[in-house]
Amino acid sequence: MIQDLVVNLLFIGYAVTVLLVFGTVLTWVERKQAAIMSDRIGANRAYVRIPFTQFKLIWWGLFHGLADGLKMMLKEDFRPNSYDRVAYAIAPWVVFTPVLLVFAVIPFGGTLHPGEIVPALAGWFGDKAYPLQIARLDAGLLVVFAFGGLTIIGAMLAGWSSDNKFSLLGALRAGSQMISYELIMGLTVLGLILIYGTVDLGAIAQQQSGVVLGVLPAWGIFFQPFAAILFLTAAIAENKRIPFDLPEAESELIAGYFTEYSAMKMGLFMFAEFIEIAIIGALFTTLFLGGYNLPFMTDAGFVLPGGREFPLAHGVVVVLQLVVFLAKVLLVCSFQILVRWSLPRFRYDQLLRFAWKFMFPLALINLTVTAVAVWALGAH
Amino acid sequence: MQLYKRKEYWNSPTMSWWERAYLFEIVRGLSITGGVFMQNMWRWMTGRKGALTTYYPEETRSDYAANNRGKHVLTQRPDGTPQCIACNMCATVCPAKVIEIEAGFDPDDPAHPKYPVRFEIDYSRCIFCGLCVEACPEDAIRMVKEVPNLPTFDRRDMWLGLEELLTWNPQSDVAKPYPGKRGDRQDARKP
Repeated sequence: MIQDLVVNLLFIGYAVTVLLVFGTVLTWVERKQAAIMSDRIGANRAYVRIPFTQFKLIWWGLFHGLADGLKMMLKEDFRPNSYDRVAYAIAPWVVFTPVLLVFAVIPFGGTLHPGEIVPALAGWFGDKAYPLQIARLDAGLLVVFAFGGLTIIGAMLAGWSSDNKFSLLGALRAGSQMISYELIMGLTVLGLILIYGTVDLGAIAQQQSGVVLGVLPAWGIFFQPFAAILFLTAAIAENKRIPFDLPEAESELIAGYFTEYSAMKMGLFMFAEFIEIAIIGALFTTLFLGGYNLPFMTDAGFVLPGGREFPLAHGVVVVLQLVVFLAKVLLVCSFQILVRWSLPRFRYDQLLRFAWKFMFPLALINLTVTAVAVWALGAH
Repeated sequence: MQLYKRKEYWNSPTMSWWERAYLFEIVRGLSITGGVFMQNMWRWMTGRKGALTTYYPEETRSDYAANNRGKHVLTQRPDGTPQCIACNMCATVCPAKVIEIEAGFDPDDPAHPKYPVRFEIDYSRCIFCGLCVEACPEDAIRMVKEVPNLPTFDRRDMWLGLEELLTWNPQSDVAKPYPGKRGDRQDARKP
């Protein structure tokens, strides 16, 4: 019992740390990647001086994220004259909290046997095994969508409560856009659910460690390449980033639904956006890129298509899986940033037409074809 | 019944079906930007610079034009004294009023009895117009293409004085003969 508590607290600490670090580091990745893409250097002036020496740590501008955070905390927390106090105060948290909660059901590693890793604790833990996941829920994917839907409420609250026309317009845009794309995200994932026969994310990740057609790893992207593209597009739209950043279109709405927010409240909106990039990366990795496993890798080691096996020690496997998961998430995040700095913004009518007249039918077709194929092949 | 007909513009873009399909053009755009990223990243990783930017205070550009009006130089006589005769013409013509000269009297040099005790240029206000160079009757002040390296946290550091202007890039006026001061010249005029 105590053991479960200790392990789960460790997992929660790991997940929160990973998300906050990703939120900070992604601001740096965004700056640097955009700079390198456009022949620039990028932010590289912030430094931390080691006390009592003249030695400055610059680390390619990695400390600019810290400097930003510090600035946000120290700025004046300006509030508009007429606003709904309660809703205005809780709106950033309504946006920020569900984003963190989504990570609870995402598996960031295989199975952990604490007794095998630390022999000294073997007596205490016995042969207990823990999936590297905070909450192993049967309804994992449904929880993701439930919490994902909550952020809409936060955006609407922020826009409504700040009593500003720009905020209200931004909130309306955010609401209709997020609901439209939420639907498409759900439809694209339905195809995967048909194939895997479960909505438990841990089980989905485990099923992808096999091999299909002899050589290909059984990743979701090989079963559902179409759904992968649609899902990523809808997810970026859900996160309200360029090319779908209509709710906060700077040239039209100043900053959209968080126009009237300043200091750390505005910082929370930004931070939630960056963490959501990481969440989308984690979701995409889990659903389509084989989760925490390298190709041909299982919890026991590597099994190559030819039938050769390379068993690995349990500790090595756990560390490898943690690292591989983070690396895959970072790659997907990097791709999202590439999209953000390459494509121009939609017009608002184009955005909704794109959702309902282009992506929605495609998602339906994808679902129908998948259903027919699954029925014909008799799987599950 | 058609309620609304979209206006046709003479320069409306024409797109082929390939471009209308949108996805392929997106892939093309992403591969262009991604390619530039990879190219620059490879330069950074192999120890070269993958950007067009000049790191300003650490690195100055080498490609200034030959006649660029950069930092001022006070020319010197062969014995190292400034050629300046403290006539204040540069300070008078200066539109930004950045030159301050305090004149001194040197009885040992009857050809140039006035000399600058203090000659200071406030670079925080200098507009680099070059009028001081044109106004100088003695060719005592010049501008060279190198720019002053001034980033600082204290604006008082942006005043450059006689010593700096004489020594940072010593130049002498070879066209003009200089007989030397009274002590060291042979054909000294008697006062």
